[in-house]
Amino acid sequence: MDFTLKIWRQENRKAKGRFETYKISNISPDCSFLEMLDILNESLVNKLSHPVCFDNDCREGICGMCGMYINGHPHGPDKGVTTCQLYMRKFTDGETITIEPWRARPFPIIRDLIVDRTALDKIIQEGGYVSATTGGVPDGNAILISKHKADEAMDSASCIGCGACVAACKNASAMLFVSAKVSQLALLPQGKPEAAIRVQNMVAKMDDLGFGNCTNTYACEAECPKQIKRSNIARMNREFICAKVASEESTKR
Amino acid sequence: MNTLNSKIPEGQLSEKWTKYKASQKLVNPANKRKIDVIVVGTGLAGSSAAASLGALGFNVKIFCISDSPRRAHSIAAQGGINAAKNYQNDGDSVDRLFYDTIKGGDYRAREANVYRLAEVSNSIIDQCVAQGVPFARDYAGMLDNRSFGGAQVSRTFYAKGQTGQQLLLGAYSALSKEIKAGTVKMYERREMMDLVVVDGRARGIITRNLQTGEIERWAGHAVVIATGGYGNVYYLSTNAMNCNASAAVQCYHKGAFFANPCYVQIHPTCIPVKGEYQSKLTLMSESLRNDGRIWVPKKKEDAQAIREGKLKPTEIAEEDRDYYLERRYPAFGNLVPRDIASRAAKERCDAGYGVGATGFAVYLDFKSAIERLGKDKVEERYGNLFQMYEEIVAVNPYENPMMIYPAVHYTMGGLWVDYELQTTIPGLFAAGEANFSDHGANRLGASALMQGLADGYFVLPYTMQNYLSDQIYVSKISTETEEFANAEKSVREKLEKIMAIKGEKTVDSLQRELGHIMWEYVGMGRNRENLQKAIPMLENLKKEFWSNVRVTGDLTSLNPELEKAARLADHIELAQIMAKDALQREESCGGHFREEYVTEEGEAKRNDQDFMFVGVWEYKGKDQEPVMHKEDLKYEFINVQQRNYK
Repeated sequence: MDFTLKIWRQENRKAKGRFETYKISNISPDCSFLEMLDILNESLVNKLSHPVCFDNDCREGICGMCGMYINGHPHGPDKGVTTCQLYMRKFTDGETITIEPWRARPFPIIRDLIVDRTALDKIIQEGGYVSATTGGVPDGNAILISKHKADEAMDSASCIGCGACVAACKNASAMLFVSAKVSQLALLPQGKPEAAIRVQNMVAKMDDLGFGNCTNTYACEAECPKQIKRSNIARMNREFICAKVASEESTKR
Repeated sequence: MNTLNSKIPEGQLSEKWTKYKASQKLVNPANKRKIDVIVVGTGLAGSSAAASLGALGFNVKIFCISDSPRRAHSIAAQGGINAAKNYQNDGDSVDRLFYDTIKGGDYRAREANVYRLAEVSNSIIDQCVAQGVPFARDYAGMLDNRSFGGAQVSRTFYAKGQTGQQLLLGAYSALSKEIKAGTVKMYERREMMDLVVVDGRARGIITRNLQTGEIERWAGHAVVIATGGYGNVYYLSTNAMNCNASAAVQCYHKGAFFANPCYVQIHPTCIPVKGEYQSKLTLMSESLRNDGRIWVPKKKEDAQAIREGKLKPTEIAEEDRDYYLERRYPAFGNLVPRDIASRAAKERCDAGYGVGATGFAVYLDFKSAIERLGKDKVEERYGNLFQMYEEIVAVNPYENPMMIYPAVHYTMGGLWVDYELQTTIPGLFAAGEANFSDHGANRLGASALMQGLADGYFVLPYTMQNYLSDQIYVSKISTETEEFANAEKSVREKLEKIMAIKGEKTVDSLQRELGHIMWEYVGMGRNRENLQKAIPMLENLKKEFWSNVRVTGDLTSLNPELEKAARLADHIELAQIMAKDALQREESCGGHFREEYVTEEGEAKRNDQDFMFVGVWEYKGKDQEPVMHKEDLKYEFINVQQRNYK
């Protein structure tokens, strides 16, 4: 298969970016999208140019490291997969493919298609955990958890932190990401004692870092490679309101 | 001269760890704050160690090669984590987990370390549940288990097919809590470039900031290496693209001994190789072998027809299928350990019964499981794996058997450590896949997650205190010393040298060459002749690299080509001792299969008389032959037998 690639190139955070056009040919339909970029990069190195920089690691859809806008969609046109799991057979021969980095204010560009997503870690650091230190915990079966609840928590916990939800949202909202973690821990008995503090602190941090609010367009859900449900956002809103209204606990730890 | 003292505590096996903990030295809380610990790597072992040491009150710095600890490749482990809870009442116990792990490792692991691993396994499950890890549960609300290769009990805890992800996110959450508390400082997008040794002790590291190219110095009273294994030496493996052994090789060059480099695990259930462009191999969880049955056609002509696309697997009658694992190993069937399942697949394919376009694939069939359990149940158990398979291969595994073939997956060898997980350099510790300690010559499924978390949560927080107890008299380590300056200088020189070559070959092409040599000559089946060929080939490749590699870009900005080149240089070094170690080990054991040493039935033949030792390699300097030392393995509590899964 042959393709024309329009790729965003930008040397660093402050440099001015631009689209560059590349032609690539003889690509197997079984080749993954990132392998196609590898082939392009090897040819660029052979021509002594700087390869296109993009984040990637596990290449099996679980680490959340890869992510780019492909033809206007985070992770490309396929549903429920990350960029590394996208195969060239999903494109048509001769197609022009436009590749851009995540564009959101809290994700500054590092180089080309690589953006800085450490803002997501900062939100987790505000309470995306159970404050259990190592040792001194009860037996794993001491607190029973219904299968239904455990499965639901697992679905929320499947988030890979890739940032596609933020990139897809016109408000650059991180609500789907934050609500997935809030939900997982709110559903489990282990997360209950800190639930009220957690939701308030995480939401405050999210706002603080410049992520927008949710205006219910659900682009995040539509583009999420792990198909995290928007019902998590509803649960987070409920948790947040209840915490604000009912909780007299301080948000300070 | 270093002598290998494994520091195994005296006494009964079941009392060693308890006694150790009761008599080890501690550091009081006021002093902990004054002690700096460096942790390199943020996977299960690194994150759990940093979180636990931070919670104890030490000043921890942790270094992550990616943008976030959650990217570490522990995240990709699918199947599960073992523990001796015996929740299923099927006869499990600490003793049995210990025995299975030692036997699975083909009697090449240290008894005391493995027993401790089995002992702390239950605490890991409790810890993870307390963190909010959503393990699978049954309808009564209790933790569910599944069975895994090499065991006859169900002791594997799991979270769908994403157990590694959930455990890593658990460790990451514990780490995040400590980062918030200020006990741990996180440095992302940093790669360790050298170890700094001062007066014989590990005192710091040199890193490269991957965003800016800055070379940075970091000092500490102790250093933990938790940077994973070296599977990417083979180029194609199930490891992630950024997995590399550079940190371990730097430690080896600075005087840490490297143990059993030849022990590499080839995982039996991976998606077969498709083409030259392929960048990595994808694993299909071993848990699939619980319900999937592995087979190839009984008749060569059927296999031939399938390869040519004239016949479909579903058209082959039951009696014309060879369920070769069930045939050869009736007691364990499809659940034999990984090394055995891998070799059996290779044997069938080499004999001409392989399927797929290349002939290097076997079937993993869920037909009878779907008939027995129903499609819904199969989907509930393996849904995400089936979906992943379909995405990659574009074949529906509910209707057609999956195709699988073995691929490099895990490395049992690693930095040599004693009972305290301390390397031969005082103050340098190694945890998780980066050390060699617990899996002998072969690792059982669901044991890597167990070991990474055991080391990080429950071993290092004790053993490191024992070392650090007298470090309270050492004031803050300065980075403004000759040792740091020299280490930084050598890093700069190495990188400048790589950039200056401006040769003809891309890093990727040299990496593929290395992978080819290793897979063909130091791969699944090894023999003297091939190993002797590999050694000069690797020497030539090293010369080729240092004279003909082409790296574009510059030193002072984000430059993935430079990162890959520096890692490749280290991988070639490691490949050389892998080949040498494989050559000296004239026996077949676990993942190391020497074609000259087989039983009459074609099974691996160990030589306990001459090879019941750990092969421990000491670096002697550039262009010098490394020297191998031996740590004899003494089995005092277990009856050493020929492994038998029949």
